[in-house]
Amino acid sequence: MGKTLFDKIWDSHVVKTIDDGPNVLYIDRHFIHEVTSPQAFGGIKARGGKVARPSQVIATPDHNIPTVNQHLTIQDELSRHQVETLKKNCEENGITMYGLNHPYNGIVHVVGPELGITQPGMTIVCGDSHTSTHGAFGSIAFGIGTSEVEMALATQCIMQPKPKSMRINIEGELGKGVTSKDIILYIISKLSTGGGTGYFVEFAGSAIRSLSMEARMTVCNMSIEMGARGGMIAPDETTFEYIKGREQAPKGEAWDKAVAYWKSLVTDADAKFDKELTFDGADIEPMITYGTNPGMGAKVCENIPTLESIEDSSQGSFQKSMEYMGFAAGDKLEGKQVDYVFVGSCTNGRIEDLRAFCEAVKGKQKAESVTAWIVPGSKQVEKQAIEEGLKEQLEAAGFELRQPGCSACLAMNDDKIPAGKYAVATSNRNFEGRQGPGSRTMLASPLTAAAAAVTGVVTDPRTIFNL
Amino acid sequence: MPIDKFVTVQTSFVPMPIENVDTDQIIPARFLKATTKDGFGDNLFYDWRYEKDGSPKADFVLNNPAYSGTVLVAGKNFGSGSSREHAAWAIAGYGFKAVVSSFFADIFRGNSLNNGVLPVQVSEAFLAGLFKAVDADNKAEVKIDLENQTITNVSTGESEGFEINSYKKNCLMNGYDDIDYLLSLSEEIEAYEAQAVKF
Ligand code: SF4
Repeated sequence: MGKTLFDKIWDSHVVKTIDDGPNVLYIDRHFIHEVTSPQAFGGIKARGGKVARPSQVIATPDHNIPTVNQHLTIQDELSRHQVETLKKNCEENGITMYGLNHPYNGIVHVVGPELGITQPGMTIVCGDSHTSTHGAFGSIAFGIGTSEVEMALATQCIMQPKPKSMRINIEGELGKGVTSKDIILYIISKLSTGGGTGYFVEFAGSAIRSLSMEARMTVCNMSIEMGARGGMIAPDETTFEYIKGREQAPKGEAWDKAVAYWKSLVTDADAKFDKELTFDGADIEPMITYGTNPGMGAKVCENIPTLESIEDSSQGSFQKSMEYMGFAAGDKLEGKQVDYVFVGSCTNGRIEDLRAFCEAVKGKQKAESVTAWIVPGSKQVEKQAIEEGLKEQLEAAGFELRQPGCSACLAMNDDKIPAGKYAVATSNRNFEGRQGPGSRTMLASPLTAAAAAVTGVVTDPRTIFNL
Repeated sequence: MPIDKFVTVQTSFVPMPIENVDTDQIIPARFLKATTKDGFGDNLFYDWRYEKDGSPKADFVLNNPAYSGTVLVAGKNFGSGSSREHAAWAIAGYGFKAVVSSFFADIFRGNSLNNGVLPVQVSEAFLAGLFKAVDADNKAEVKIDLENQTITNVSTGESEGFEINSYKKNCLMNGYDDIDYLLSLSEEIEAYEAQAVKF
């Protein structure tokens, strides 16, 4: 029987198999940031050990950093201490760090791909669940806890049971105004937040193949939101084209060798998945979430489900969620008030996202009632946005381009949505309080965010933009 | 660093019949700024547990003296969301030895095991039985026997088996941790590196 893409990469990275236990898995690249690494370095120090392969570890502070006045020291004492601790740990262990104000600083999952560090066939981990983003290149990439960060730092290996395999095919053409964010929100709404638990997912099908590299990253990024360990897409010409020439991409002869190997990284025709699902791209429309987990999503033009349509055992949790959001079952989504718009994060903070947003709001104005935060995913994205004139376009429409970081995605810095306020966010989580205590988040694509930003209410982007 | 050994527990338990309890609820992001593993138990479920002014919310289960015990029993899909191990540290720091649910998110499951907290996955029916028992009697007990991989609803005597791979079971019962094991494999790891694909 043939092998899946996942099997090919996984099997070639197993150092040892433990009977009725996990595999010892070798890790090619390990990204670290300030929040989930200090205790791991602490553990290594306490054992009297050291970082095993510092050249395979890349650090960037992102979760805690401010998105204004980055040239000043970080005001929040605890955040500053965490960022300084990362710097110190990296210096002591010879790890490359793209610190605050470094031209390569940014959200770890934006930085890896744009520097060409992320490549097909690799195993990649980071103490952050959205590490799945890197799977868009045909690598096995997944988030780990701090104990595993310590394992990876100390030995360049972690212990993992091999997950089950799932393939999700999206076939056909996508409609106007439908983005890769809508694809993944649609899939999660069908599978629920636990539907992928225990699986590693390969996304395939003609609609996926047609996506740009950045759009593919958005899909893989949110694999974790359906519970999956990670998501991946087989590398192809789009992938090679994106990587070619990037700073850490193989060059010259090494490039040819790499591409020849990468071309072998596809699922064999006779390979079997534990589960396989197929959706029609034509069924997908602009999506938005209405509840407090990413599985609670609907088409923007639809209503919130009625209570009767929810399984009995889940009705209590559904109602708790509606109360938190200040919505009622069955409500129409279009026209719901929006106070904040957040464009950014490792899901939708790349240049194509900013371009799409800018293009949509061109010639329009931000609604007075809306506070908007447009946050590039990295210094390089920021630079490009300025060079392409996007910053000016945004300002002309009443928006401001901030400095890069995770920002309001998890609100560890000052970018917090106030209690009770509604935010349309291009990030990935709408949990209670995720964007600040009491904040109410509705997840959507940059286009749907643009529609909300100019109207001040939830709006189907197809109704107001020329798409 | 060795973890605490897991021994059989029989205890009253804290019921939380809510589905999809995510890691942002277990430990909100603003508490992730520490550089050590200490003190997270105090902030466990912070936004559900405390008012804005820091006073306890009387209707939250951890603030209700009627409920106690070292086992947390929660609704389906516990621990979804971020990979923050701080969630497991908060649960362990509060004093829980095990979490029982009908479904766990993958990363949370791994993180708890690495911190000596046993995730026990039970059937929907068994979970419902536990909630029913604690409704009838706040001090209803649950017994978790790791060696035999069984969990018992002490009120009804009903028992169920649960799964855990024998490697992890051995680690928990003996307080071993993965890092010591991996460090012992340095020769195998070097041998792997010597043959790996490179360009
Ligand atoms: S942008 Fe959000 S999801 Fe992405 S790494 Fe930062 S905090 Fe995590």
